[in-house]
Amino acid sequence: MASNETHQKIDPNDQPDSQLTEDTIMTVDKLGMKFGQKTVFQGLTFTLKRGEFLSVLGENGIGKTTLIRILLQQLRPTAGEVSFLPSRSQVTIGYVPQFRNVDTEYPLTVKDFVGLALHDHLTPWWSKHEKQRLNQVLHETDLTRIAHTPLGRVSGGELQKAYLAQALIRLPQLLILDESTASLDNNMKFELLDLLKQYQQQTQAAVIFVTHDLPLTKKYSTNFLLMQPGPYQLGTIDELNETVLEAAHA
Amino acid sequence: MLNYPFMQNAFAAGTLIAIVSGIVGVFVVARNMSFLTHTLSEIGFAGAAFGLFVGWTPLAGMLLFTSVSSVAVGQLSSKASRREAAITSISALAIGLGILFLSLSNQNASSATNILFGSVIGISRTSVLQVAILALAVIVVIMAVYRSLKFDSFDAVGARVAGIHGTTLAIIFLVALAFSVSVAAQIVGSLLIFILLTLPASAAKYFAHGVGSMIGLAILFALIGVWLGLALSYWTNWPVSFFIAVIEVLFYFIGLIFNRFTARN
Repeated sequence: MASNETHQKIDPNDQPDSQLTEDTIMTVDKLGMKFGQKTVFQGLTFTLKRGEFLSVLGENGIGKTTLIRILLQQLRPTAGEVSFLPSRSQVTIGYVPQFRNVDTEYPLTVKDFVGLALHDHLTPWWSKHEKQRLNQVLHETDLTRIAHTPLGRVSGGELQKAYLAQALIRLPQLLILDESTASLDNNMKFELLDLLKQYQQQTQAAVIFVTHDLPLTKKYSTNFLLMQPGPYQLGTIDELNETVLEAAHA
Repeated sequence: MLNYPFMQNAFAAGTLIAIVSGIVGVFVVARNMSFLTHTLSEIGFAGAAFGLFVGWTPLAGMLLFTSVSSVAVGQLSSKASRREAAITSISALAIGLGILFLSLSNQNASSATNILFGSVIGISRTSVLQVAILALAVIVVIMAVYRSLKFDSFDAVGARVAGIHGTTLAIIFLVALAFSVSVAAQIVGSLLIFILLTLPASAAKYFAHGVGSMIGLAILFALIGVWLGLALSYWTNWPVSFFIAVIEVLFYFIGLIFNRFTARN
């Protein structure tokens, strides 16, 4: 969970080591990122535990996606570090972005797209076990009915479900959703997060959910990280109230 | 027709070329590399001309030029904003070099025509063997990285997150593509290589919706084009590349129409 029991400013000297338990899956220690002279964020420190649902909030351009790219090791931070427990190679990460390069002529079926993530084996064809896992995840994400429809022809909600299914097929211990619900209607947002919550309850996976959506945050999250100019705020979801949000926009 | 050794050779080489083009073409189309493939064919022309100039076979010169430059072109065009300009400039340089090497090597016009447009008559048993070895090498390489290449080509975002090293994979694929270009040039010529490496796969994606089935269909379209093209060329004495071009374009337009029809329904 977040390193602070109540929402408060992050102390740059706060050591995540004191928060470590056997449930800890990731620690972020005094993380900072600069592009040239511009500081995006600094001194970000928190831990993430199995079963935790951390919503990352904040206005556009505040550094949420930069943080995610660092967690995904697509960017190297200019300060601090991110550690995975027991090690990075032993933590499978699933990622669900808002957009991908999928247009109306994208040829692969939903099933083939989801199955792309099964890339470990050398044989060009799926094994019996892989086929079972593929069918299982399609069933769990309610995609069996459209499994053989080309991905370019499904609705926005079904597209996000397919992205989620692809992320889930390798049974990730950490799932990162980067504004994945932003372009969905209300029903579909809740449907998608219900599926996610169901998976989380079964596997105790940790979730990082980047969003602007407060109702979703309040319904599904256990903790929040509010990114804002100046010090960041961390806390349990019960502590996310109007006062905190007003302070963030002050 | 098949009693003549040169036609037997042409059909054997054509079949191998169609299979390689079908496999590689699906990834060329998925990775939006059609324009790059076109440029590689022009680099292949420069390489073949260089081969004649230094006394090698055109195929050896092609392999050297396309392999080395495919990686360089791939790296130069990695940024979308400069992709077209980078590829165009290299394409211009390759054509210029090709003309220069042909001029320096004192080869006659038919050499240039053969390199640019391909030649059925020019395919010997040795050429077939060379094509077979190269085709096998390309297929082995593609099969060795098949699942990662599939993931990276059809969902680069997901592949990065899954830890697939995109740059290494891109280099492996570009070298395999360079080999394919050199192989395919033997029959359709360097100017029309991209026909077999792009059109059958582009058409296949409208009819098939799995990577395996797309490869199968792309091979079939390429095979029909090559076999029919060779037969029509034999009967009419018109260039084989003309017939292959027409047949593959026809497949592509049928695919477009089929896609529009199925999308409506």
